[in-house]
This record gives sequence, C-alpha cells and structure tokens, in this order.
Amino acid sequence: MSLLERESSGVVMTTDNIRSQKLHVGLNIGIAAAALVVGLALAYGFGIGNYVLGVVLGVVIYLIGLQIVAGRIEGRRAARDRMWKTLIYAACVLAILPLASVVWTLISKGAGRLDGNFFGSSMNNIGARDPEGGAYHAIIGTLEQVGIATLMAVPLGVLGAIYLVEYGRGKFATTVRFFVDVMTGIPSIVAGLFILSFWVLIVSPWFNNGTPRFSGFAASLALTVLMLPTIVRSTEEMLRLVPGPLREGAYALGVPQWKTILKVVVPTALPGIVTGIMLAVARAAGETAPVLLVAGGAAAINFDPFAGGQQSLSLFVYQQAGDASRYAPARAWTAALTLVAIVLVLTVAAKLLARRNSLSK
Amino acid sequence: MGDNPSRSENATAGDLGVTGRHARGAGTGVSPSSYEEPPFGGGGALPKKTRFGMEAGFKGLSVAAGAMVLVIIVAIAVFLISKAVPAINADTENFLTFNQWFPNETQPRFGIAVLAFGTVLTSIIALLVAVPIALGIALFLSHYAPKRLATPLGFVIDLLAAVPSVVFGLWGRDVFMEPVRNFSAWLNEYFGWIPIFGGDGPFGRSVLLGSLVLAIMVLPIVTSLSREVFMQTPGMNEEAALALGATKWEMVRTAVLPYGKPGVIAAVMLGLGRALGETIALALTLGVVFNISFNIIENGGNSIAANIANAFGEANETGRGALIASGLVLFAITLVVNMAARAIIYRRREFRDSAA
Repeated sequence: MSLLERESSGVVMTTDNIRSQKLHVGLNIGIAAAALVVGLALAYGFGIGNYVLGVVLGVVIYLIGLQIVAGRIEGRRAARDRMWKTLIYAACVLAILPLASVVWTLISKGAGRLDGNFFGSSMNNIGARDPEGGAYHAIIGTLEQVGIATLMAVPLGVLGAIYLVEYGRGKFATTVRFFVDVMTGIPSIVAGLFILSFWVLIVSPWFNNGTPRFSGFAASLALTVLMLPTIVRSTEEMLRLVPGPLREGAYALGVPQWKTILKVVVPTALPGIVTGIMLAVARAAGETAPVLLVAGGAAAINFDPFAGGQQSLSLFVYQQAGDASRYAPARAWTAALTLVAIVLVLTVAAKLLARRNSLSK
Repeated sequence: MGDNPSRSENATAGDLGVTGRHARGAGTGVSPSSYEEPPFGGGGALPKKTRFGMEAGFKGLSVAAGAMVLVIIVAIAVFLISKAVPAINADTENFLTFNQWFPNETQPRFGIAVLAFGTVLTSIIALLVAVPIALGIALFLSHYAPKRLATPLGFVIDLLAAVPSVVFGLWGRDVFMEPVRNFSAWLNEYFGWIPIFGGDGPFGRSVLLGSLVLAIMVLPIVTSLSREVFMQTPGMNEEAALALGATKWEMVRTAVLPYGKPGVIAAVMLGLGRALGETIALALTLGVVFNISFNIIENGGNSIAANIANAFGEANETGRGALIASGLVLFAITLVVNMAARAIIYRRREFRDSAA
C-alpha cells in the first residue's frame, strides 16, 4: 500500500487528497472574464495586436488561471480534466468559424446576380465590360456530364459490389476490395489526366479525323472513374447488411442465386444503395479539376456532350474567378452558390433517405 | 450494436417479398427438362447446372465489373506512363531534380523538384493544423457533446465535406486572404527572426493561406473517420476506466485514444491523400513561384496539382506530356499513402466496414 501511494500519490485516496468541493460556475465565468480583460489589455496596452490577439491571449490566460484555481479547489486531476474539456470545446468553435464565414460569404456575395438573366443566358458574346452573362450553358453541361457519368458508374459500381458481397471469395476478391479502397483516394486531377491521355489524346482522334477532341463525354468518363469506387464501397456496405436468412429463404424455395440477388437482396438494400449513389453524384457535381482538363470549357450553349467543348458549373466558377472583368467575381459567387445549392440538396436528400432506411443502424 | 430489432423487422418484410416473387418467378427458372440425370442423394428436384445460363452470365458480369476496378487502376498507370515518357525523354534537364518549369520551349526544361516540395509542404502544414482540431471535434461529437447537439453537428461536418473545393478556393482568395495577410504581417513583425516567418513581403498569396484552406478542407474527413472509430470504443472499457475513478479525460486517454489509434492514423493518412491531390483550392490561393523555400508567409508556393490546373491552358504537346508526367508522380505518391492507410485499416479488421 505504501509503495502504491509513493508511486502514484494522486490516485490512491487518503484523507488528504479526497476532495468533494466543486469549482463554482460563477468563479469559472469570473476567471474567463478576467482572463479576457487581461488578454485584451496586454494586446492593446503593448500595441502588439488587435482584438483577435487579445482573445487568443485571453484563452491562454484562462486555461492557465483555470488550471491554478481549479487545481487548488478540486485537485490536479480534475483541473486537467477541465483543461482538456475546454480545449475540445474550443476546437469545435474554431472549426465552426470558417464554415460560418463560407456560408455567409456565399449568401451575401452570391445573391448579387441571382436573377433570371443569370439562369437564362450563357457567356456567349459577353465581353469584359458587360455586366450580364449567365451560367445556363454551365448548368446544362453539369447536368449532362454528371447524368452520363451516373448512367455509366451505377451499373458498374452496383455489379462490382454484388461481386464482392455475393460471389467474391479468395485472393482475387480481397485484391479487388483493397484496390477499390485505394481508388477512392485517387486525386481527381489524376483521373482527369488519365482521361486526357486515354480518351482525348488517343481514342477521340479516331472519330475526329486525327485531331484530339475535348468533350463533355470525356468529362463524364473522368467523373465515372471518380464515382465508381464510392458507389462500390457504399453499395457493398448496404448489401452486407442484408440478413443472411433472407437469401437462405430464397435458396430454400429453389430460386437461383442471380434471381435471389436481383429480386431479394438488391431490393432490400435499395434505399441505402440510392443514398450512396446520391452522395457520389453530389461529389462528382462539385469536381472541377477533371472537367478543366478534358471538357474544354465553352462560352456558348452546347447541348451535345460528344462534340465540342462544354462548360460545367464548377469550371465556370473557376474560370470566372480567374477572369479580369470587374463583373466576373459576382458571376463566380452566384455560380458557386448555385453549385453548393445543388450539391447540398442532393446530400441532404441522401442523408434523409438514409435516416429512413431501416437496414442501417 | 443494437441492430437486432431492425433485422427481425426486415426479415419478416423480406419474407413476404420472397414468397410473393417466388409464386411468379421461380417456376420458370426450374425447367422440368432438368430431370434427366438425377444426382446422388435426394436432390432430384434441383435444377441441373447449365453451362451458359443466366446464373453463369450474371456471375460473369459481376466478376467483370469487379475486375474493372483493377483494369482502371492499371490503365491509369499505363496511359500516364505512355504519355509521360516521350516528354521526359525530350526534357533537357533532370526531371527529378531541376527546379524550373519551361516545357513549352523548343528546348524543354522542366523538373518536378519545386512542385513535389510544395505539395508535401502544404499538405504537412495543413495536417499539422487540421489533425488536432479534427480530433478535438471527433472527441466532442463522440464523448462530450449532448446527443441533441452531437447529431446535428455531425451532420453539419458531413455537409462541410460535400462543399466543392472550388468554393473553398474562391472563399480563400476573396475573403480569407485579408486576415491571413494581416496575420502574416504580424508574424513577420514579431517572429521574423524565425526563418519560416522571415522575408519582407508581400504577404498573402502564400503557402500559409493555401495550407489553411487545405486544413479546412481535410478537417471534415479526418473528423468523421475518427469519430466513427471513437464511437466504436467498447463501452466496457470506458466503464471500467470510470469505475476505477478516472476523470472523463483520463477515461478518454486510457480507453478511447489507445483503442482508436490505428483508425486515427488511417484517417490522418486518408486526409493526407486528399490534401496531396487537392487542385483547385490551391490553384486559386497559392502564389505560383518556382523556388524551394521554407518561408511560409511570403507570396509563393506551388504544388503538382495546382501547377497542372494553372499551366494546362497554354501547354503544347510536350507541355501536356510534362504535366502528365508530374501527374504520374502525384499518382504514385497518393497511391503509396493510400495503400499504407488501407493496410493499417485492414490490420484492424473491426474498422474495415465502417471506416471508409
């Protein structure tokens, strides 16, 4: 007992170190207020910074003061507990600040051009001095590219997941699963470069008299590469949640395996699969880098995804951000607001659907 | 994990579906012509295995879809290499060590050194900033916040992950640059004796700005993955720690953090993979300067991905090849980081199904 006491005196309770007193909330607030005042006084008194530095100094002084006061009243361990709790809460506040700033800027700057002209016209014949110009062509491009990409990625992704869950055994399945995970981390710009070197520079000249052709379809291919692993992963997780007895019941009734999968397993997991697909679509709609490399971008409306350059909403934001016209930033922010609105509507809808899904927890 | 009730619910719901569909569908699948060779035992009513039926066809289709992933990964490597090799051969300088980028001239001179350095530097600073904050939020969401606050806050963090990178880039350039410039000037005034805060400006479009924007972007990924892992801590371990008299923080330190360590390492590496490949946000915030410098507050900085986005517009054929070669290097780096992260996750199988 004495050895234990010597080794860790704070842990073993003796009459000396049992403390039942709690730090009073009022005292806590008092320390915080005093620390803030001292911090601001230091910052302004020495003229070394503005209110931001004052608040930061205040937080540091508060942590030290809390440590000392709470250490006196509650003991060293409780004081440390308080310090970490404060730090964890502070981390949360710190992360909310930029998010709030992004949302506020999006709304305040994006509302400027939120008019019919923006959604009804393209950038065709819009010079640097024209305040008009819109993103109609970009919205068309985004919808077509993401739509085609979804048409290609969904069957491939769902079938791939079916393979992993229902058929996949042994080394090959493990390899596929591993590389699906690895593929999730491929940078979008690399997917763009892949389609650039594969489709735009090598395959598309076959159809275009030997000259490379940038097109919306190439962007769809790049987005497919990015969506595929996400869809496989989310579908795989959902299929795994389908209870085994459901399959066994179908087999026992003589239903062949492919029919069991198509008519029992997939319908049961369908809400979850749709959720995963919607999240993948939302992510693809926001991708800029691959579209920048292979779609070419265009100022005019182009409904044909297979011929000629096509714009996309995210690429439109990027191009307007780099444009020297004084009207370009307003267009960029409104397009960004539109893009975020599309992505968030998809994401929120997907999450709400997931919440109604009885398979997942 | 408390999903038993929902399972049984679904079992009944699914059963109805099976019988309903069976009445229509299964009879056609089992054709009477398959009785010719009765197998051993009592399986006479089972359909004979046909060689080219729907079964084999569907299985083949799904195997092909699974193999497609491997095909794509290999194809990425093959096509990038096929376009990169001619450009690297045309390069009159050493591709790995030269630190300028002039691939469009008649005597192409370009090297990856500055870009690779910038990519790694921005990503590491971003992670140094983001990881402590992300772990704090993850702990807050999993152990500190009341449930009524944790659910919506987790939702908001997930939404943050869905915001396109071009929006963060635009915000970083139009809004965040001003405070960062002021902060840089302040750092330079009082901490200018530290080399990384030295220099005499101009400040603003710097590695610091790019890294901070990057940090905000990787924050939600690291947060949501770590939160998943922290939530999986066995309740027994936590209760045991509390029963021994641990304070809440001691419980977190002794039960939650050790248990979540592999998952957190994997989350950080996945965040690193995301940071390394981030393109547009850095293309909009970095000051595109080709020199290797540890000064993080002066205008400058560059990265492989940002350089591809910036230089693609005016690239000729060799220029494109050079950009593809730099993309190949990026692909190799992210592949290694991601494979390492996945290998860590796979070693702890428990995390495999949730931490993705």
